[in-house]
Amino acid sequence: MAPLTNRRPGFSRKAQYGIFATYVLAIAGAIFAALLLIISVADPTGFSGLRVLGTEITAPITRSVDAVRRSVVGMSSNMSAYIDAASKNAAMKRELQAKRTALIEAQAIKLENQRLRKLLNLVETEPQYIAMGRLISSSSSSTRRLGTLSIGSSSGLLKGQPVRGPDGLVGRVLEVGPTTARVLLVTDADNVVPVMRVSDGLPAFASGLSNGLVAIRPVSLGINPFSIGDIIATSGNGGLYRPNIPYARVIKKTSDGAVAQPLADPAATTEVIVLPIYLAAASAAETAATKGVSVPEEAPR
Amino acid sequence: MKRRTAALKAPLRNLPLIQQRSYKSRLNREQSPWRMLLVPIFAVLIASSITCLPFIVEQPYLPPFGLLTLLAWRLMRPGIWPVWVGLPFGLFDDMVSGQPMGSAAFLWSLVMIGIEILDQRAAWRDHWQDWFVASVTIAFAIIMQWIFIGWALQSPSFMVLIPQMILSVLIFPMVTRICARLDKWRLDT
Repeated sequence: MAPLTNRRPGFSRKAQYGIFATYVLAIAGAIFAALLLIISVADPTGFSGLRVLGTEITAPITRSVDAVRRSVVGMSSNMSAYIDAASKNAAMKRELQAKRTALIEAQAIKLENQRLRKLLNLVETEPQYIAMGRLISSSSSSTRRLGTLSIGSSSGLLKGQPVRGPDGLVGRVLEVGPTTARVLLVTDADNVVPVMRVSDGLPAFASGLSNGLVAIRPVSLGINPFSIGDIIATSGNGGLYRPNIPYARVIKKTSDGAVAQPLADPAATTEVIVLPIYLAAASAAETAATKGVSVPEEAPR
Repeated sequence: MKRRTAALKAPLRNLPLIQQRSYKSRLNREQSPWRMLLVPIFAVLIASSITCLPFIVEQPYLPPFGLLTLLAWRLMRPGIWPVWVGLPFGLFDDMVSGQPMGSAAFLWSLVMIGIEILDQRAAWRDHWQDWFVASVTIAFAIIMQWIFIGWALQSPSFMVLIPQMILSVLIFPMVTRICARLDKWRLDT
């Protein structure tokens, strides 16, 4: 590129001052931005209003493009379903037969569970879920793993509420705007989830690795009881996530725990439900107890 | 007879009625000042907003397109913007990207000042040098963003950044091409 000609403006004082002023402004801008950065580092949830504004402005575009994307994705999966349809059909029939037995057993257990709950006078007054929505985008160039949800505070969303898809836990609500919300995905390094192994209830902590996987660390250090294929679910400790939300499947053992693949792939999960905070359910049960309904305390696992 | 004239009228409409007018529109034209001013600005803003498109990915693969576009314009046309322009563009990028507020504003301001200093040292640059400057800047920005997140919150492992950095460096010439096309259209009369 050719050098600029206006950098040395000659004897014109006005032009000289003009150039000097741009440098002063640039350095002042950098200092201002550094201060902003320090404030937002000290308080990561600050300035969420500005960011919510950003997502609210871009949400209509995202929503319309998302509809196109979903129809295209659906088209390709519909077409691929026709290939080897016959063998897939046979396999699915076999699977259905096997699942039917399990389903009957599960229904029996559910009935028994209801009966036992009635016996304990435990009444579920909390709603099963707060709202249904869609994940319409994710932060694809930032190392933080955030998703944007198509519903916001107008649907009753609050900060901290867990978000799950049909396959398992997706994340929790981080910032809420009027019609959109940001979701901290489970694969974010900052998202720590108290979990347990489904088979025996072994307690552990899980946090994201930002590369689509999560790290599982057992609470009792020193032993590494995980094996590949273990299914991990939320344990309900800490009161944010309700217990038994499917979370991840162990794919690799490490020196201090395991690496697991989340069961709900945020890229494939579009329809999600927002659940109430579990502790809120517990506190509601407590208020019900003071009103005369005897409710046993929430036993920590 | 009437029907005949009606049939003739349609092709006749396309013929130039007065000869001078066609010359007048081609000589002594000026480009639209609004287009000249706004095309680069909106190019950067739209590039920053690409992250809002519904690509839901598990790993940060997508290059920071806002920064790439800013660098492409700045290196292709020195003097197109004043030095302080990194601040407003960076603030907008922070609003949509999900990084800590002020991180892109700070980094982009530093980048603009740095390139300004570089411009005073090296008077002439070719495309390879532009690419080199951009690569160093992109790597610097991505690593610094990672460090800032590490201050605020738990930061992911460094290996996560490497595919994104490589992709960003490789995609920069393409972004420059797109900006050059936009530049041509912007200055068209």
